[in-house]
Amino acid sequence: MNFDVPEDLRYLDTHEWVRVTDGTARIGISDFAQDELGDVVFVDLPEEGEQLAAGDDFGVVESIKAVSDIYTPVSGTVSAVNDAVEGEPELLNDDPYGDGWLVEVELADESELDALLSPDEYADQTA
Amino acid sequence: MALRQPPLAASHEAGGAKRTEFGGWEMPVEFDSIRVEHEAVRESVGRFDVSHMGQVLVGGPDAGRLTDRLVTNDVGALGAGESCYAAVTDDVGVMLDDTIVYRLPADWPHEGEYLVVPNAGHDAETADRWRRFCDEWGLEATVTNATEQFGMVALQGPDAEDLLAGESDADLAALGRSEAVVAGVAGVDALVARTGYTGEPGFELVVPWDATGSVWDVVACQPCGLGARDTLRLEMGFLLSGQDFHPEENPRNPFEAGIDFAVALDTEFVGRDALAGVDAEGPAERLRGVELIDRGVPRAGYPVTTPDGDPLGTVTSGTMSPTFERGIGLAYLPAGLEPGTNVRVEIRDEPKKARTTTTPFIDT
Repeated sequence: MNFDVPEDLRYLDTHEWVRVTDGTARIGISDFAQDELGDVVFVDLPEEGEQLAAGDDFGVVESIKAVSDIYTPVSGTVSAVNDAVEGEPELLNDDPYGDGWLVEVELADESELDALLSPDEYADQTA
Repeated sequence: MALRQPPLAASHEAGGAKRTEFGGWEMPVEFDSIRVEHEAVRESVGRFDVSHMGQVLVGGPDAGRLTDRLVTNDVGALGAGESCYAAVTDDVGVMLDDTIVYRLPADWPHEGEYLVVPNAGHDAETADRWRRFCDEWGLEATVTNATEQFGMVALQGPDAEDLLAGESDADLAALGRSEAVVAGVAGVDALVARTGYTGEPGFELVVPWDATGSVWDVVACQPCGLGARDTLRLEMGFLLSGQDFHPEENPRNPFEAGIDFAVALDTEFVGRDALAGVDAEGPAERLRGVELIDRGVPRAGYPVTTPDGDPLGTVTSGTMSPTFERGIGLAYLPAGLEPGTNVRVEIRDEPKKARTTTTPFIDT
């Protein structure tokens, strides 16, 4: 099966993506991750203002069959939380790179992005 | 160790099913999505490959006596073409497995008079147990582990009968609940039984291993994996061997597990005297439903407490119910705790509001 791996994102080997716009990093889970999990039924996210360090688990995504920790690719302060996915967790399945995003973080150190996987590297990992 | 493969392994792989290890077998867990598969069975019909279920054939003059003395239910009361649900218990009444015992129809074209269907991975130990007690009691019976001679397809849902009627010469209207006949399906002789583990009307088909593919193909409808099988059985409060009870990790007797209806204390069987004692005193704990009021999903191992945080028990099985879109689970709780009691389920160290319920969770 071929999974969508957008070219403009960076990835973690634990299947999170990050998109950086003007110093803000939006984070979500990949198409591969949502397919592996199956029907997502519950999402537990941090509060705005929480400090995250790159690699921390910052929440949980649950499908019918499994519980999965989610990890932040970058360090910083949580500046926005996607409340929509708490009420409609199926957004993670339907649109993992769009409406199914999870949190936004004010990026503390842009150089952390260099350590993340490129789309090609991530696509190789899930091929 | 290599995993055992069902006769439909190649078809599942080609169909893109996600697969998982279960009881030593590599089985499909999900074909499309658990939610889609679950809804198909509740609202129309779905088909399951359940070839991982054990098939132990028992024949010979003492086949019935031997089997009756090794399970909790009254096998002696079965007429040809009837089946019953039962537990296999040890001499202190602890459940080793649960099973369906069929007394095979007279025209069953293979060996054996009884078919014992243990859970995945329990086939060898079941056959060994039957042989060992056959010798010990000086009975005359032959025991064959035929698990890899037969495939098993479950067809479940309100439309199962209409679908099967078009593909089989069985007189389904005359087939009562838990009854089985030998009938043609896809041109092969199959054991067609009105049984299942989803709470919906439906059938289980036992067919020669090599014919499983043709039977699977003619009962064309939503293929369903173990994921949906688990959510469907949990909404019914049905037990999963090895998870809701386990002889070493969570030893339980049938009264604790809530399957009193499958224990015939007026018959002679291994564990009977111990269970008569439990029946007289009443079990200290019983398996109850737990329904989340807060958002969250109860999972095996999560603690159940009073609203003040005092321990009551532990969740053995749990999921997000696709029917209710609410977390449901099973837990052994003090027998005196009434259904409808407010409790807490600790999910990742956070107490979530929940209440105890009777099972099934769902009305069928």
